[in-house]
Parts: sequence; structure tokens; C-alpha cells
Amino acid sequence: MERSVNYGVTDDLILEATELRLGLPGSDGHEKQSSATACHVMRNNKRASPQGISEEPRFKICISNESDVASNGDPDCEPPAKAQVVGWPPIRSYRRNSFQQMKSTDQDDADAGMYVKVSMDGAPYLRKVDLKFYRSYPDLLNALENMFKFAVGEYSEREGYNGSDFAPTYEDKDGDWMLVGDVPWDMFVSSCKRLRIMRGSEARGLGCL
Amino acid sequence: MNYFPDEVLEHVFDFVASHRDRNAVSLVCRLWHRVERLSRQRVFVGNCYALSPQILIARFPGLKSLTLKGKPHFADFNLVPHDWGGYVQPWIEALSNSRIGLEELRLKRMVVSDESLELLSRSFANFKSLVLVSCEGFTTVGLAAIAANCRFLRELDLQENEIDDHSGHWLSCFPDSCTSLISLNFACLKGEINLAALERLVARSPNLRSLRLNRAVPLETLQNILMRAPQLVDLGTGSYVHDPDSETYNKLKHTILKCKSIRNLSGFLEVAPRCLPAIYPICLNLTSLNLSYAAGIHGSELVKLIRHCAKLQRLWILDCIGDKGLEVVASTCKELQELRVFPSDPFGVGHAAVTENGLVAISVGCPKLHSLLYFCQQMTNAALIAVAKNCPNFIRFRLCILDPTKPDPVTMQPLDNGFGAIVQSCKRLRRLSLSGLLTDWVFLYIGMYAEQLEMLSVAFAGDSDKGMLYVLNGCKKLRKLEIRDSPFGNKALLTDVGKYETMRSLWMSSCEVTLGGCKTLAKEMPRLNVEIINEHDQMEIGSDEQRVEKMYLYRTLVGPRKDAPEFVWTL
Repeated sequence: MERSVNYGVTDDLILEATELRLGLPGSDGHEKQSSATACHVMRNNKRASPQGISEEPRFKICISNESDVASNGDPDCEPPAKAQVVGWPPIRSYRRNSFQQMKSTDQDDADAGMYVKVSMDGAPYLRKVDLKFYRSYPDLLNALENMFKFAVGEYSEREGYNGSDFAPTYEDKDGDWMLVGDVPWDMFVSSCKRLRIMRGSEARGLGCL
Repeated sequence: MNYFPDEVLEHVFDFVASHRDRNAVSLVCRLWHRVERLSRQRVFVGNCYALSPQILIARFPGLKSLTLKGKPHFADFNLVPHDWGGYVQPWIEALSNSRIGLEELRLKRMVVSDESLELLSRSFANFKSLVLVSCEGFTTVGLAAIAANCRFLRELDLQENEIDDHSGHWLSCFPDSCTSLISLNFACLKGEINLAALERLVARSPNLRSLRLNRAVPLETLQNILMRAPQLVDLGTGSYVHDPDSETYNKLKHTILKCKSIRNLSGFLEVAPRCLPAIYPICLNLTSLNLSYAAGIHGSELVKLIRHCAKLQRLWILDCIGDKGLEVVASTCKELQELRVFPSDPFGVGHAAVTENGLVAISVGCPKLHSLLYFCQQMTNAALIAVAKNCPNFIRFRLCILDPTKPDPVTMQPLDNGFGAIVQSCKRLRRLSLSGLLTDWVFLYIGMYAEQLEMLSVAFAGDSDKGMLYVLNGCKKLRKLEIRDSPFGNKALLTDVGKYETMRSLWMSSCEVTLGGCKTLAKEMPRLNVEIINEHDQMEIGSDEQRVEKMYLYRTLVGPRKDAPEFVWTL
């Protein structure tokens, strides 16, 4: 991110918009407020529904500490995995649908591997994710971890997912249950019919094969 | 005050065209009210549930042109369930049963059925113009009825509607005697079109000025059409794909040279970039260019094209133009007044191609800019402050950062100051959409400075009720307020309930407002409809402390509507 762009304005204008210091009580707190907000920014919108199950956070944004930003100088930190926010970005349905059409005109298998069910052993209901939304395994796994509140451990070809009680698996076109992560991402997306997060001894068993 | 006979007053009122001015005129005295209402021909209804067709007909017996809007704006973004309402049928029925000689109907975000279109087409002998924007519920069968029965049809304009395409033969339903067409726009139709019928229709429409084709119309047909209609002022191409070495393309190049009147260009729904040079000659005279559906034109070709468009006043493009491309726009299009930059990859976890740099470049090069819709990867306060300084004439300023709560990436601060600069500098600002990380401060600034603001869209912003209150207290001309995912609750909602009768509507979704708060409001303000939209069947269980998922309230003369579906509860 270049900081050297010249907007043709003086430094006075760039910082602190002194014109807008309205002299209200706590106006100095603006600085503090904003750095506080950088951390408080994760707005979960969790609320209790009558069933008592808290709703999923609608979205997540990247919380980067000021220090991180300063150290690598890259304020463009990529959010780990964004859940899709309903109705955002605000573009008309007609245009939104056109995009999907435009993107998929070249892809014959546009229908394969889009929304798939995700079940987690012990969870009361299933979820759905759009596999096309993710670019890689870490992307997808992060999203699943956030969705179901678990951690998946380290993947290795030899041992599967080490260090946790959970193993992400999927049902492929042949009906077999496979461990997520073995095949290239695109191959996975086109063959995955549903996901299941196994837990407990069953999960560990997979890793021991 | 009775100095003049009514005819004279009426003649004077003829010069008063705008709806607002005519509304003001009608408030002066009973005489003026009467003369005005009897002579009014064009009526605008911003919320179809604010009054009834009967009231409309009783008041304006001379009605010729009606504009109706249905669903709330956020319905465009899938925030309103499908069957919420906004049906045009009762209006058409009532009008057709009356003596009103309707000639023009313009609908936005309404549900239009084939039956409605059929009834419309049969009820008004002099019907001339149908404009449907962002509507749904009808098919090409309804269009066929319009084509077949409206003998003096001049305008059929379909913009971004969801239309079920049953067959392309509706075009053939225009009788041979129909020669009155001035404007035909069917770009949003997805299906096949009877090309021969289209060509014949164009050939017998000498007054045709505006023609926008859909994807199914190939370049050969475009060539034939332009041969017949070199007088076109507004052209939307369909599929613009061909072999640039072909005879057809060659013919097109020559034909286009004869089309000296084209000022608006759009379409390119499919495009072979190597064929673009054929249109360079028309680019010189273009005042409006819409390439926002032309995903096939990439950055560098886009830029090459734009270099030819020195007279452009309105430009709609995709963000694949990039910041560098926007710099070219800035140096080429000195007359630019309206710019919309749409995301070409709205859901990509990757990067949108424009940032604050592109916008600043535009503001430097295009000081006449007054309307902006800008989807971008990021924005900084410094950029917004610069833009505010360079372009003090904004009327509409809509910014959408693809990550909705992103702070200024350089300073990690909220964007309060940047938007504050915009509202302070742009004294004529009427419409504002916010995004990025925002605290209550931005609302304070809006309330203080945005004196002309009529419409405000808020998403994922603010810290407390104070934010919303600043706006409600400060913006005297506010008409529409729509808020989603922001921490405004009952205190904000209930502090000044009278305010809502001065506004058209308020939308709040995923905020902190509770059922109890909404009930209180509804009780105190009987002339508002307070609708709770509840998709999860929780209405029975509702306790007053429960947060309301979606609330839409609007002023109305006619009380709770009778066509509300099960999941809408008017308190």
C-alpha cells in the first residue's frame, strides 16, 4: 500500500480534519475511541432467539492490532475467512444474478460443488456452505472452525489431522467418505457432495490408518 | 383570493412542473387546491401503501401519468422476503374501473402479474408508455398483451426486471399497424427473440429514438437494425461478438458512421473486444455510456474506448477499469457528472480493482461530478477529504467498501472524518450511503451539516443510540432512512416519534430495536404503519424484550394494509 500518493492537498487537511473539531466534550477522545474501536470492531450481532440458540455471527472482519500493522507495514490484512453477509455488497438482485451467469458461462460444472451440507457430530442441526466461495483448504477449514466452534489440528498426508478430536471429511461422487485435504482443491470442489466433521474416536481412527 | 378565473390559474400552474412544487401550490388555499388537483396530469406516489387507488382517483381525475413505488429499497438486496407485497393489480383494477384515461405507468420495485399487464393493455385506449424498473412477477405473456393491445404504444422500457421468458414471440405481437414506437428496451430479457420480427418492427417505427437489445440479438441483426434506424439516440447492443475480419463486421463499421445521433450507449452483454473499434466513431459524441454489464471488456480495452469519449457526462462501468483507468477517465471526461463503478467480482475474497486513488483522481479531473456510486476495496479519510474539497457539488454520494466495516487502511481510524468532510463541503447533498468503519461521530457530522439530506443508508455503523438521534434531530429534510446491522435501539427509535410523519419511511434491520419499542411507537403514532417482518414464525412467542429482526415503518393515510402476508405483522 503506497503511502506516497499525492492528493494535491496539504498535510493540514490530510490529518485530523481540524475543521471538524466541533469542540464537543470528549473531542480528544476521538483518537482513543478509534483505536479502541479497531479492537472492538467485531460486531457479532449475536442475539438469543426464543429457542435459546445464539445466531451465527453475521460476518467477521479482520482484527489486526496496531502493532501488527506497524511491523509488517501491510495494513491490508486478509480476513481469515469471511462468512457471506446477506445483502452485501448492496447490488441489485438482477445484477447479482447476471454476475453469476457471466462467471459461469465458461464453466460447465457451475452447478457441481456449490452449496453443500455440513454436519458436525453432536450438533443439533446442519449448515450449508458454498464451496465456490473459498479458494483453498485453509480458507474452508477456517470458516468451518468458526461456524462450529472447534479446531481442526494440523494436516499431514501421513496422519491426517493431528492434535484434535475432529476430522473434516466429505462424501465424494462415488459415495465414499474421504478425508478433506488429500486432493487438489479444485478436484475436491468438483467432487464434494457433503461435508461431515467427525469427532471422537471415530475421527482419530481415520488418522491412524 | 379570487383575482383570476380558474383557467388563468390553471395556465399558470402548467408552468409548475415538479411534483413538489405542485404539492406546495395545492396547500396555498382551497381554490388553488381545487384548480391544481383538477389540472394535474402527472402524479408521483413514492410508497404505494401510503394511500389507496381510490384516494388518488378522487383527487386527480385528470390523471394521465402515474409513478408508483412498492417495496422498500433494501428489497433490492434480498433483505425483504419475496411475498412482502407491492402489488400493482389493485391499482390497475381501480384505475380501469374509473374514468381515468391513463397514458403512462412507471413502476419501481413492484409485483406485476401477467393479469395486471393484460388488464392494463385493455383498459386504456390511449395508453402510451410503460416503464418497469426492478419489478417481478410477470412473463413474456404479459408483454405480448401490451404489444398486441396498446395501439398507440410509444414506450416499453424494462430495466433490470426478473422476467420469466416463455418465448420470444411477444415481439411479433406488435401489429403491423403499430408504428408509434419511440423507445423499446428489453435488455433484461434472458431468452430468445424473434429477430425477423424485431427487424420489421424497427423498420416500421420511424420515430424510434431509443433501442436496447438483449443478449439474444447478434451482431448481424444489430447491423440490419442500424441500417434501418440511423436516427437512434440511445442504443443498447446485445451480443457484440463477431469475427472482425468478416463482411458483417465491415458493414457494421460503415453503418455506424451514419448513426450520428447516438448519445447514449450501453449493453455489450457479450463482447468480442477486437470488434470494439467499430464504435469509436460514435464515442466522440457520447454523453452517456453504460458498460456495467460488459464483463467481457477488460481494463486496457476499456481504457482505449474511454479515451475517445471526451464529452461523456454519465459513465457506468465495472471496477476492472482499475485506478489507472479512472485516471484516464479523469483526464478525458471533463464534463463528467455521474459516475458509477460496480464490482466485477462482488463475492471474491480477492481484491476489487479500485481504491481511494481512483476516486481522488476523478475528483481532481472532473469537478462537475455530482452523482457517485463507488464500490471499492478500501477508502481513506485523506482521500474523502480531498474529494470533498475538489467536488463540492455532490448531490448523491454513495460509497460501498466491499468489506463493510473496514477502517482507513493507512491510519486504522474510522472514516468519520472523511464522510464528515463530504457533508460539510457538499451543501447540496441529498443522498448519502455510508460504509467502512464508522462511529457515532459520523452521525454527529451528518446531523450538523447535511441540511439538504433526504435519503441516508447506513450499514454496520455507529456505537449507540446517539448516532441515530443526531441524524433524526439534525436532518430536517430527511425522507428516507434505512439502517441495517447497527446498534440503534428503542431510545433512538422513540425519542422523536413525530419525526416519522415527516418522512416517507424508516427501515431498520438487525438493530437493537425490540418488539416492545415498536409496539410503543405504533400505539403513539396511529398514522404510521409499523411492520415487523418476521421470517422465522416467532410472532406467537414474541416477548416485548425480543429484538426485532426487520422493521419497516411508513406514514400512510389508509391504515394497515390488507394484503400483508403471514410473516408481516402490522402493529
